[in-house]
Amino acid sequence: MTGDHQTLALLLFCAFIAVTLGITTWVSRNRHGSAEEFYAGGRLFSPMENGFAIAGDYMSAASFLGISGLIALYGYDGLLYSVGFLVAWLVVLLLVAELVRNCGRFTLADVVAARMSERPVRIAAGTSSVTVSVLYLVAQMVGAGSLVALLLGGTSEAAQSWTVIGVGALMVVYVSLGGMRATTWIQIVKAVLLMGGAIALTVLVLVRFHGDFNDLLNSAADKSGYGKDFLAPGLRYGGDWTARLDFISLGLALVLGTAGLPHILSRFYTVPTARAARRSVVWSIGLIGSFYLMTIVLGFGAAAIVGSSEVKASNASGNTAIPLLSLDLGGGAGSTGGTVLFAVVAAIAFATILAVVAGITLASSASVAHDLYASLRRRHAKPRSEVAVARIAAVGIGLTAIGLGLLARDLNVAFLVGLAFAVAASANLPVLLYSLFWRRFTTRGAVWSVYGGLIPAMLLVIFSPVVSGSPTAMFPGVDFHLFPLENPGLISIPLGFLAGWVGTATSPQGPDKAKHAETEVRSLTGAGAV
Amino acid sequence: MEKHDGRRTGQIRFDDPWYDALASGWGELDSTGAPASAPAPPAPRAAEQRPDAASIYLEVQASAAFQEVRSRYRRFVIPAVIAFFTWYVAYILAATMAPGFMAQPVAGAVNVAMVAGLGQFLTTFLLTWAYARHARLRRDRAALDLRWDTQELTRGVGR
Repeated sequence: MTGDHQTLALLLFCAFIAVTLGITTWVSRNRHGSAEEFYAGGRLFSPMENGFAIAGDYMSAASFLGISGLIALYGYDGLLYSVGFLVAWLVVLLLVAELVRNCGRFTLADVVAARMSERPVRIAAGTSSVTVSVLYLVAQMVGAGSLVALLLGGTSEAAQSWTVIGVGALMVVYVSLGGMRATTWIQIVKAVLLMGGAIALTVLVLVRFHGDFNDLLNSAADKSGYGKDFLAPGLRYGGDWTARLDFISLGLALVLGTAGLPHILSRFYTVPTARAARRSVVWSIGLIGSFYLMTIVLGFGAAAIVGSSEVKASNASGNTAIPLLSLDLGGGAGSTGGTVLFAVVAAIAFATILAVVAGITLASSASVAHDLYASLRRRHAKPRSEVAVARIAAVGIGLTAIGLGLLARDLNVAFLVGLAFAVAASANLPVLLYSLFWRRFTTRGAVWSVYGGLIPAMLLVIFSPVVSGSPTAMFPGVDFHLFPLENPGLISIPLGFLAGWVGTATSPQGPDKAKHAETEVRSLTGAGAV
Repeated sequence: MEKHDGRRTGQIRFDDPWYDALASGWGELDSTGAPASAPAPPAPRAAEQRPDAASIYLEVQASAAFQEVRSRYRRFVIPAVIAFFTWYVAYILAATMAPGFMAQPVAGAVNVAMVAGLGQFLTTFLLTWAYARHARLRRDRAALDLRWDTQELTRGVGR
């Protein structure tokens, strides 16, 4: 990487930061400071705007750099990720988006608490939401650190640490000053930039191969060194049975986890009605689907143009495939086109991380203030003071994420993201689906299903080869691993559903029929929705 | 309540979310659709703070119009969820357990795995379109009528 790249990339980073800070100041000019405004941006975004913002929240750097990198290294096995990430949206569209919009106000816990005894349910759902958000946040921070270190040449620990701190500080500023309105506009800007960048690179790749997808696949297979195996599954996950089960576990976590991610759920509250929520999901499925289709072209393009071994030499997990591809497409290292394209791609990746981080921080500060603080402290705190708590919570979560991001600096980003999805699918999805669809669900069932998914998921991770007992583990020196899989989803997701059922079956008091009627009527008609 | 259901008369379009959003005054809609059922007298039940709202929701839940909306939703969503989830799990299982089958060529460099993967994209797009269409034509209007009616009924009871 030459000095030119770095200077231009840094300039573009700064431009993006300036624009987003400008947006934050602009939208927070005449804010009212109400909870409605802070958590939900006044609920007045249009479906298209919200669709872009959802896509912006969802397409993290892990997808942009990670998935195409995996495709460049392992061919077809990387594509399995993008399928899981997209199909997950059907769960959101069909089962969750409209009903959650109709029943809740700001968070996941609102939906469950409407039917149940409020305090225990809010504490449980709030705890699991914050856990999921922090895991996801750490993944993004680690990604930001390694990305910037990588793009700016040096892999020095100092550069990485300062990036993590800088990203953390910026996101606290966005969220605590701008609330949901600023966060949403940052997502929209980022989604447009990301789609624009992906479209430009895809067109360049396809032009290089004269629009012949078959030729692209053949060149990728040839240049990867694996031949035809590169185009079939099995290079990465086809090893022993543990690896295969691990992949099935990950696949389940991806498809079921999206509907339990707090920062995705909170996006449905920024539109006025359930119909608008549905239309924003339709928009985002269109955007996300076409984005993942483009990552397939980009991944195979990187394998065909740059070559798998070159990609691997630059970064063992493939994260630099797209930057390297853009350098080549622009005319090679040293050329003006290559320099510009490379810097633009780097800036887009950086923007992606900043925006995603802001979205998650906002959602988790809502969980802290609206669910945990409101249940654990004064029950009749005024809305204004709740927003003040949320701003403070954003600062606290920022500091926590910076601390954990510095500690977890060497962990694999894709693993951390997979873990956040697994915990969301185990702890948040069962309670959400049961509350919306199961007549006999009780408070005990709700509390048990949250903890019954959350605790096994966390324990299985602690006793997995990721934490100890393997050369790439967090603590390679010691070995206390008992569970063979890296991703806990295969066990912990069924446990979450089972715990909810057992809790309900053993519940001393039956379900509240009237509250169930209210939840059902409200969820399907929108009566009384805010 | 059949007259409220998804007849595509085309006179009123509900596509724009801005106009059914602002829950401030429903006066203009006063007597267009008769309420699904008359408000029941407040039942002395255990729902603590607002006994009448509780009985109104129970009544609406039991009404034929609501049952129709719910069954339309469920008749579409349950088979659709089972279908796409089975298809996805089958895809994942085939990719991990039967890589040999997935590697069989179809045309040129394209093999079964590639067709299946792109097929997942295609079915996702198609199901999204089908669901949005079904909801728009078969459910939205009936749900909106119920929303007005329910809100009319609960307005007096201090929600």
